[in-house]
Amino acid sequence: MPLFEAQNVTKRFATQTALDGVSISVPEKSIYGLLGPNGAGKTTLIRIINQITAPDSGTVMLNGRPIKPEDVYKIGYLPEERGLYKKMKVGEQALYLAQLKGLTRAEAMRRLRYWFKKLEITDWWGKKVEELSKGMQQKVQFAATVLHEPQLLIFDEPFTGFDPINVRQIKDEILFLREKGATIIFATHNMGSVEELCDNITLINKAKTILEGRVDTIRQEWAGNEFDIVFDGEVTPSGNEHFSVIRSHFEKGRSNVRIKAADTHDTNEIIRSMTAAGTVIAFNPALPSMNDIFIRVVETKNSEAAKN
Amino acid sequence: MNKTSLIIQREYVTRVRKKSFIIMTLLTPLLLALIFVVPALVMSNNDKDFKKIAVIEDGGDLFKGVIPDTKDAEFVYLTNTSLSDIKSTFSEKGYYGVLYISDLVTTVPNAVQLISKKQPPIGLLDHISNSLEKEIERQKLLGYNIENLDEILKTINSNVDIQTIKIDEEGKSKETSTGIAMGLAYISGFLMYMLVFMFGSQVMRGVIEEKTSRIVEVIISSVKPVQLMLGKIIGIALVGLTQFAIWIMLTLAIVAVVQSKILPEKTIEQVQQLPQSLGQAEPSVAGTGTPAATQMTQIQSLFASAMNQRWGLIIFAFVFYFITGYLLYASLFAAIGSAVDNETETQQFMLPVTIPIILGLIVAMGTMQNPESSISFWFSIIPLTSPIVMVARIPFDVPAWEIALSMGLMLVTIVACIWMAAKIYRTGILMYGKKTSYKEIWKWLTYKG
Repeated sequence: MPLFEAQNVTKRFATQTALDGVSISVPEKSIYGLLGPNGAGKTTLIRIINQITAPDSGTVMLNGRPIKPEDVYKIGYLPEERGLYKKMKVGEQALYLAQLKGLTRAEAMRRLRYWFKKLEITDWWGKKVEELSKGMQQKVQFAATVLHEPQLLIFDEPFTGFDPINVRQIKDEILFLREKGATIIFATHNMGSVEELCDNITLINKAKTILEGRVDTIRQEWAGNEFDIVFDGEVTPSGNEHFSVIRSHFEKGRSNVRIKAADTHDTNEIIRSMTAAGTVIAFNPALPSMNDIFIRVVETKNSEAAKN
Repeated sequence: MNKTSLIIQREYVTRVRKKSFIIMTLLTPLLLALIFVVPALVMSNNDKDFKKIAVIEDGGDLFKGVIPDTKDAEFVYLTNTSLSDIKSTFSEKGYYGVLYISDLVTTVPNAVQLISKKQPPIGLLDHISNSLEKEIERQKLLGYNIENLDEILKTINSNVDIQTIKIDEEGKSKETSTGIAMGLAYISGFLMYMLVFMFGSQVMRGVIEEKTSRIVEVIISSVKPVQLMLGKIIGIALVGLTQFAIWIMLTLAIVAVVQSKILPEKTIEQVQQLPQSLGQAEPSVAGTGTPAATQMTQIQSLFASAMNQRWGLIIFAFVFYFITGYLLYASLFAAIGSAVDNETETQQFMLPVTIPIILGLIVAMGTMQNPESSISFWFSIIPLTSPIVMVARIPFDVPAWEIALSMGLMLVTIVACIWMAAKIYRTGILMYGKKTSYKEIWKWLTYKG
């Protein structure tokens, strides 16, 4: 049973449709990527999940039941547009946010100590927020989001404003949270982190779902006719009727070659040509990056729309 | 703990802890106390000394002994002395000043001069001009050769002090003083205006702060926007009440301490008599008779009419209209704050909110002249202005049904207004970057949940 499900959700504002029959189904204990260009409707969907706005039609289910106001305690949300009270002290502020999520003061205190230590921000407890760097503030917000140990965590662009070391740290924390049983919805433009973290994705464009499924399945489906071959020594195979060479690169005693197979090809023929050219160390279908897929899918959809 | 009360608590605690709050709260009573104490100190310095004043008259002795001595001043009539003789030497001779009466005095009003080194107190000047005026009138009357003039003058010498008696429906008469009612109306109307404006705009700034710091989305994923809005409004109201209570207590304490410790008792008496001595400056038919006695009856009647005010009703109305008026305007201010990105953008929306408040204040001031006028009536019924105008009207005995109507309308309006503000607020706080128009706000009002 999926932990969270949205079925056929539609939301219209006065002049535009933000979501048009969008459905997502988030399996328990997985990381679910919510992708899409700016203005596609991601934030609206996230706000509907958080019950900040209500959909015009469609159902939103948590744990197999329609979502209720009390469910906010089971959800942790780190919005893209996030901030803190600048004049308030870090510790007090984190306590306040935790109490708003239903924790008692004592329990919030205990958990905050743990998270502040883990994220190495304990020294900042008594400082005012305005004295903190942006990255530090983000860590405080991250701690406040996960503190009440929600079943469902929603991170909207969680890595903006972090240096690479902190990005690594936050990624590790997200994976750690999933291991501990949390389900995570992750909205981002950063496709690298999607490949790294997400199990499933939904790609929304112009209020509609245009791509969804498991990340590895999608990448294989979009693999097309390209292959990566690694040769021992400097080898450059020459193309024939079965394939053409896209690029070839020699480094540290090995050649990395990408080829594009002809539309009607026999993979065995290609392999034979390769073994004839040199010593093959590896032969793999080339998986497109999520970034490529994102761009191709969105551009195709937009040009289709332009034609109609 | 209930979430709204958590929000109220945060609003209250962070505001009360601010340095600016503490400084304002402590400094304002000091300033207020200064306003009370400084005039008293000045008066005590000015008036304490006994003054001897030389009186010189050109061409005759018409005014010899005309100006009676008072407990603060003695008038010495000098003959055979010219103004130029004494002008430069009077202070060496122990005089406070020289009163010079020219022979044109019966025809030209400014033919009398008081020459002194310091600014003479108003009371002294009034005393002199009153005495001289009466003597001049008497002498002019003498010119008509009326028989028994002195006796006639004694009988026509009268002192008028209007006491207003209002008769209520059961026919009981009450002594009221328009002065007291006006004072009350003025103070409460103005106070209401200040409080509503001051704390209402604090709500607006608070909302803008939450919006620009972008914390609002985190919070409304835990609480309903309307809870956040009401929590802020109530929290700030409590801050205002706290500040107000401290102001009143500290001001009273400081004034009390200063009065008992620093000022001699005599000064206090003088300060208390100040309104009366100022009152004499007005063209009253002043009698030589017994001013002290008149003052006493005046004070007594003032107290009596103050006691006759329906204090219970006045205080209840003030508290009611303060709370409801604040809620009404604070919710409007919150809606404005939610619709803009920064404080400079508030201008276009502030105007329609400010106009009723200012209109209310203007009508309230007019109300004091004529509390029963139809404009006062309507403005004290219409909810946007009623908090200010009705509070100003109530000391003048407003019929019960009018108060009930006004309060009832107010309550209905608040519910409607908070509902509307919550709708605008809910959408507005999540809108960034684009300038909001009235048309846009109208659309927000129609959005579904």
